[in-house]
Amino acid sequence: MNIIVVGLSHHTAPVEIREKVAFPQEAMAIPLQQMLQLPSVTEAVIVSTCNRVELYAVSRQEYVATSELKRFLANFHDLAPETLQEHLYSFSGTEAIQHVLRVAASLDSMVIGEPQILGQIKTAYAHACECNAAGVILNRFLRKAFSVAKRVRNETAIASNAVSISFAAVELARKIFDSLENKTVMLIGAGEMCELAAKHFVNNGVSKVLVTNRTFSRAEKLAAEFDGVAVSFDNFQEQLHRVDIVLSSTGAPDYVLSAKKLKEVSKARRYKPMFLIDIAVPRDIDPTANKLDSIYLYDVDDLQGVVQANLKGRQKEAARAELIVAAEVEQFCSWLTTLEVKPTIVALRQQMEQIRQGEVEKTLSNLSGLADKERQAIESMSNAIINKILHHPTHILKQKSSGADGSLYVDATRTLFDLPDAVTSDPDSDETNQ
Amino acid sequence: MTLLSGITTLIYLIASIFYLVSMIGKRPQAGGIGRWFLLGGIILHATCFGVRHSVTGGTPVTSLHESLAFFAWCLILLFLLLDLRFHLSVMGAFAAPSAFLLMIASALSPDIVVQIDPVLQSWLFPVHIIFAFLGNAAFALSFGAGVMYLLQNRMLKSKRFTGIYQLLPSLDTLDKVNYTCLSVGFPLMTLGIISGAFWANIAWGSYWSWDPKETWALLTWLLYAVLLHGRLTVGWRGRRAAIFSIIAFVFLLFTFLGVNLLLGGYHTFEAFSAL
Repeated sequence: MNIIVVGLSHHTAPVEIREKVAFPQEAMAIPLQQMLQLPSVTEAVIVSTCNRVELYAVSRQEYVATSELKRFLANFHDLAPETLQEHLYSFSGTEAIQHVLRVAASLDSMVIGEPQILGQIKTAYAHACECNAAGVILNRFLRKAFSVAKRVRNETAIASNAVSISFAAVELARKIFDSLENKTVMLIGAGEMCELAAKHFVNNGVSKVLVTNRTFSRAEKLAAEFDGVAVSFDNFQEQLHRVDIVLSSTGAPDYVLSAKKLKEVSKARRYKPMFLIDIAVPRDIDPTANKLDSIYLYDVDDLQGVVQANLKGRQKEAARAELIVAAEVEQFCSWLTTLEVKPTIVALRQQMEQIRQGEVEKTLSNLSGLADKERQAIESMSNAIINKILHHPTHILKQKSSGADGSLYVDATRTLFDLPDAVTSDPDSDETNQ
Repeated sequence: MTLLSGITTLIYLIASIFYLVSMIGKRPQAGGIGRWFLLGGIILHATCFGVRHSVTGGTPVTSLHESLAFFAWCLILLFLLLDLRFHLSVMGAFAAPSAFLLMIASALSPDIVVQIDPVLQSWLFPVHIIFAFLGNAAFALSFGAGVMYLLQNRMLKSKRFTGIYQLLPSLDTLDKVNYTCLSVGFPLMTLGIISGAFWANIAWGSYWSWDPKETWALLTWLLYAVLLHGRLTVGWRGRRAAIFSIIAFVFLLFTFLGVNLLLGGYHTFEAFSAL
C-alpha cells in the first residue's frame, strides 16, 4: 500500500491555473466519488485551497495511480492534460508522507507558519469522511498530520510573530500597553490599510474608535462601521490627549501632526505612553516625535522591518520544525509497512509458533516417560491445530489484500493478535539494531 | 556553610539556570519549572533559619553571613508574590541569580554567631530587621523592573528587536511593577527606620544618633519619597521613574553594604559584641 500525492501549489502554478483546478467546497462528494472509481485508487482525500489543490490517494500501483490521478484532475475540470503537466507534482511513499506533513504543519505555505492550511486540510478530511472516501490508511495518516501540525505549533515559535503589517501593529501595541481593552484608537484619514489595522485593534479588545477625515461624511461612514465617533478634521488635535493609539493615512503632502503638538499632548496625558502608526506616504506625522518620551511612532518602513524580522525568525523556527516532521515521517512509515500482508502473515505465524512451542514444552515436561513416537505425535498435533486455525484467516488476508479494504483486514489482524509494530524483515531496522 | 543552606544555594542555582534558559533560549516553559524550584528553595531556606534560630537562639541577621542569606530569602519571597500577580517569569532571570550570588557571598563571608549583648535584646530588633530587609528586597525588584523597562523602551524606540523582546512584558506592566514595588517597599522601609529608632532608644537611650548607616538610610528614604511623590502627584512614570528607581537603588546598595564596609558605625556587625 502506498500513499500518493498529486497536485499543484503556489510554488508550481500561477493563480490562473490554480483557479481553474480548484474544487468547489460545497460539492466535494462528486469528485471524491469519481476519484474512488479510478481502478487503482482505494482511498481518497481532496484538499482544495486558493494556494493549492492536492489529491491524496492510497493505491497498490503507484505509477498507474499517479497517471490516473493526473488525468482525473484535468478531465474533471475539462482541461487538456498537457496544460497541467508542467505545473503538477506527484509524490509517493515516504516523499508523499513528508510532503503532506509539511503542508499541514504550514512549512510549505506561502507565509510559513500561517494557521489556515491546517483548518483547510481538516475540512478536506471531513468531506472525505462524509463520503467514506478515507480508509484505514488515510484516516490514520491525516490524524497524524494534524497531530504533527499541533506539535510543530506548540514546540516551535513558527507562528508566534506577526507577519502582516496590521498584525505587527497590534503586536507592538501589546508591548506598550498591558491590555488593549479600554484603549482608544483614532483613525486620521480613511485609508484601506488603516481600516484593516483598526479592525485588528477592535478584534483585540480596543473599545473606543474615533475617526477624522477631511471629508466629514467619510469619517461618519467609517465611524459607524466601528461603532465609533466621527471628529471634524479641523479640531481633531484637541481630542488627541484622549487617544492611546493613532492610525494615520491621509493623502496630505505635509505633516498633519507636528512634534511640537505631540509634546503638548504627551504632557496633557501625564506621559502615559502613546502609540502612533503612520501608514501614509508621504508621512503624516513628524518623525522626530519618536524621540519624545512616551511617544512611540512607527511608519510603514518600520512596520515592514518588523515583519521582515519576524519572517526571518519563522524561517529559523522552520528548520526546527523540519526535524520534528522528519522524525514523524519515519514513525509513520514504519507503521505503514506493518500493513503489508506478507509480513503480517509471517508475524502471525511466528506468534502462533511461539505459543505452540511454549505450550508443548510445558506439557511434555509434565509427562515423563513418553516414547519418542508419542512426543512426535503431540508435536504434529499441535502443528496441525495452528495450521487449521490459521488456514482461513491467511486465505482471507491474501484474498482481501488486492481489494480496497485490504489494509483494514491487516490492521484488524494486527490489533486482534497484538502483533508488534516493528518490522523484523525490514533491513533498515536491522541496521539500527546493531 | 551547612548542608541545608548548601542545598538551598544549589536549588537557587538550578532555578537560575531554568530562568536563564527560558530567557536566552526563548523557552517560556523553563521559567515555570524555575518557579517551582524557587518555591522549594525558600521553604528549605526558611527551615535553615528555623534550625539556626533553635541553635543560636537569636535572630539570624547578626553577621554579614546571615544578613546576605536573609536578604536572598526576602528577594525570592517578594519575587514569587510579584510573579503571582503580574506573571513576570522573565524577572526570575534577575531575581534567582541574584539570590544565588547572595548565597555564595554569604557562604564566603565568615560564619560567626554573634552573641548579642543583652542590652540590645528586644522584640524590636527582629521587627526592625525584617521590615528593613523586606523593604530592600522590594526596592531591588523595582530596580529590576526599571532595568527591564529601559531595555524594552530602547527596543521599541530604536525599532530593533532582539530575542528578549518577546519575553519582556509590556511597558505598562513593567511600569506597574515598578510602582507596586515602590509602594510596597516604601512603607516597609519607613517602618524599618521607625522601629530601628525605637529600638535605638531602648538600647542606647537616643532615637537618632546620625551614625553613617542612619544618615545614608535617611538619604535613601528621601530619594524614594521623592520618587513616590513624583509618581503620585506630578505624574512621573515610565522611563523617568525607571531611571530614578535605578539611581535610588544604587544609594540603597551603598547604605546596605557600602556603609558597613567603608564607613563603620554601630550598624557594623562587630559592634554587636563590642558593645
